[in-house]
Amino acid sequence: MATEAKAGGGDFTSGLGRIYAIYTGGFLAFIILVAILERAGVPNKILGYMFMGFTILVYAFIGVVTRTAEVGEYYVAGRKVPAFYNGMATGADWMSAASFIGMAGSLFLLGYDGLAFVLGWTGGYVLVAVLIAPFLRKFGAYTVPDFLSARYGGNTARLCGVMVLMACSFTYVVAQIFGTGLIAQRFLDMNFELACFVGLAGILVCSMLGGMKAVTWTQVAQYIVLIVAYLIPVVWMSAIKFGIPIPQLTYGQALQQISDLEQSFIKNGLAPATMKIHTEPFTSYSPANYFWLIFCLMVGTASLPHVLMRYFTTPSVREARISVAWSLLFIFILYFTAPAYAAFSKLEVYSTLIGKPLADMPMWVYNWGKLGLVTICGKNAASIADVAASCKAIAGHAGILRWQDLGINTDVVVISTPEIAGLPYVITGLVAAGGLAAALSTADGLLLAIANALSHDVYYKMINPNAPAKQRMVVSRVLLVIVAIAAAYVASTRPTDIVAMVAWAFSLAAAGLFPALVLGIWWKRATGTGAVAGILAGFFVTLFYLVITRYWPHVGVNYFGMTSLLNPITGAPLVSADAMKAALSNPAIADGPVLASSPLASRVGWFNLNNISSAAFGLPIGFLVMYVVSMMTPAPSKEMQDFVDACRRPRGKTLMEESTA
Amino acid sequence: MAETTAEVHWKKTSSLMILMMALWLFFGFIVHMFVVPLNGIRIFGFPLGFYMAAQGSLVVFVGMLFWFAKAQDKIDRDSGFAEDE
Repeated sequence: MATEAKAGGGDFTSGLGRIYAIYTGGFLAFIILVAILERAGVPNKILGYMFMGFTILVYAFIGVVTRTAEVGEYYVAGRKVPAFYNGMATGADWMSAASFIGMAGSLFLLGYDGLAFVLGWTGGYVLVAVLIAPFLRKFGAYTVPDFLSARYGGNTARLCGVMVLMACSFTYVVAQIFGTGLIAQRFLDMNFELACFVGLAGILVCSMLGGMKAVTWTQVAQYIVLIVAYLIPVVWMSAIKFGIPIPQLTYGQALQQISDLEQSFIKNGLAPATMKIHTEPFTSYSPANYFWLIFCLMVGTASLPHVLMRYFTTPSVREARISVAWSLLFIFILYFTAPAYAAFSKLEVYSTLIGKPLADMPMWVYNWGKLGLVTICGKNAASIADVAASCKAIAGHAGILRWQDLGINTDVVVISTPEIAGLPYVITGLVAAGGLAAALSTADGLLLAIANALSHDVYYKMINPNAPAKQRMVVSRVLLVIVAIAAAYVASTRPTDIVAMVAWAFSLAAAGLFPALVLGIWWKRATGTGAVAGILAGFFVTLFYLVITRYWPHVGVNYFGMTSLLNPITGAPLVSADAMKAALSNPAIADGPVLASSPLASRVGWFNLNNISSAAFGLPIGFLVMYVVSMMTPAPSKEMQDFVDACRRPRGKTLMEESTA
Repeated sequence: MAETTAEVHWKKTSSLMILMMALWLFFGFIVHMFVVPLNGIRIFGFPLGFYMAAQGSLVVFVGMLFWFAKAQDKIDRDSGFAEDE
């Protein structure tokens, strides 16, 4: 079934199954070749370059082979992508550097509460399949704002859509380029700023030449690389530790051993009684925060334009639905493995580090400590002497590593686990190539979403409706390069809040787009004025909560009735009344935007809700405003109601026919 | 007044949507509200509440979507609104 590609087209899309089977085989053979070279004594750095160079060359090759000069292919891959392959491409489009590198690390640190990300980033696809994607495919949009404009009659709704799209996609793409920069820096010892621009070149080759068509087939190739790279180390560890190469099954035993170790740490005074127990819920988020976070991530998933536009490329509405199911299956393969990755890694760290003398720390601790990614006793673990000195400063420290002494950056878990578990370097190189594939594929999709919105929605539909197809594509490519360079520039300045900003994108997309998309299909009475009001209200309420709690918390406390968030375990305020008073009277804080390190940043809010789930406010308000304003304005015309009916029925031509001349 | 084919089609589509949303609500949220009592049960070392969030609900979501694609296609075919193959 998987290999039965029924797409026509004659060129690249015929015989897809065979092409990707050969490709996968070639990739596995390449891994084996590198492993042999490693045995033969080739230095690690060269192996790292081989991995990066080979994969990027392959992506560039696919990008060149599938280049196109046709509008339909440029925007929606000619609507010829079979459901199965679109599922794979969506998987790569969806899983970013954060999923590949950050997810297992978050699960390592947060334990059960980290599963909010696993649930939120998968469950959202139920909403995509049932509420939105098939209907947009029937409509025949090139971009998400296209649909808003057609349904809500005019360019005001289109412009609102473009605004939300830009706000959530740009920060997201910066984070991906930041991710490629980090990977290239760590594995190739490249200068970070330079690495950002090298990553940029890799992204551009694919997306610029062939638009959606090239990005689709590159993303399929990138999915294969990233999933192989994610699974191999975990399968290997599972086989070594428990004798069965099915990590999703065996990590139950790892969880059991972690829990035994946790008990023994507490009993032997190696950890405080309040330590985070791995499987215990609500130690990092209060129950309300946990469920709102899942909710915001799910609804955000269903509203992110770069994901929705992938379903515009299938040959039919039927295939669009099946394609969402395939997408979720391919995403699921990584997400249900991530908790196993976290558990193996935690078990390894707990059993080899905690309770051991400080002088006996393994080499990897210092390697990562030098980069500031592992801390012991509150300071970077750069060398044996440093560790001894910083622990000596703690009164009564016995020279034995305690649980609370150790700090690990979330990014390190996936990248360093192969090394920690003693696997050969080839696996580490493979993981780096996988992380790169995840970051590049997501960046491609995002850049295309942004460039299409600017060229198709703003330039063609609003500024120059008579532009011939050729000119539109030139404009799109130029804009793509400009946006990409801008994103690479922002990434090279190392914005510190980048990870938080990606989480924000979900809330912004959810509150800004979800009500207008869903009600546009499921409620005929929704009017254009209602939609515009709903989008603006939802988007700006969410943005307000994010910006105030993060950058101007003192304004929130003084003027908007915000209070300190509460500690989920003890229920005490994170900022005590005295500390709050001191912070508010501190001129450095009271004058302007605060740094992430400020005692108040992201620690105040309404109803004890974290700003990561700020769509909890924006989404209901967006729905409410859209409902009330729609009811106050005249009902949509008969033609509009017929238009909605036509979107609801798969049969028939797409409703939007684009001029391709 | 007899309902038109279009009305029947949309009614069935809406019922399927509500069923899917109910399942989504249950496996996305409600089952996880009982994580503490469920964690008392261990299967192959997995506390059940943890397992549901890490794997159980995800498996249900994937299965649900393949089933949904089939069910909705049947509704479309029965009403004559399905696309030609």
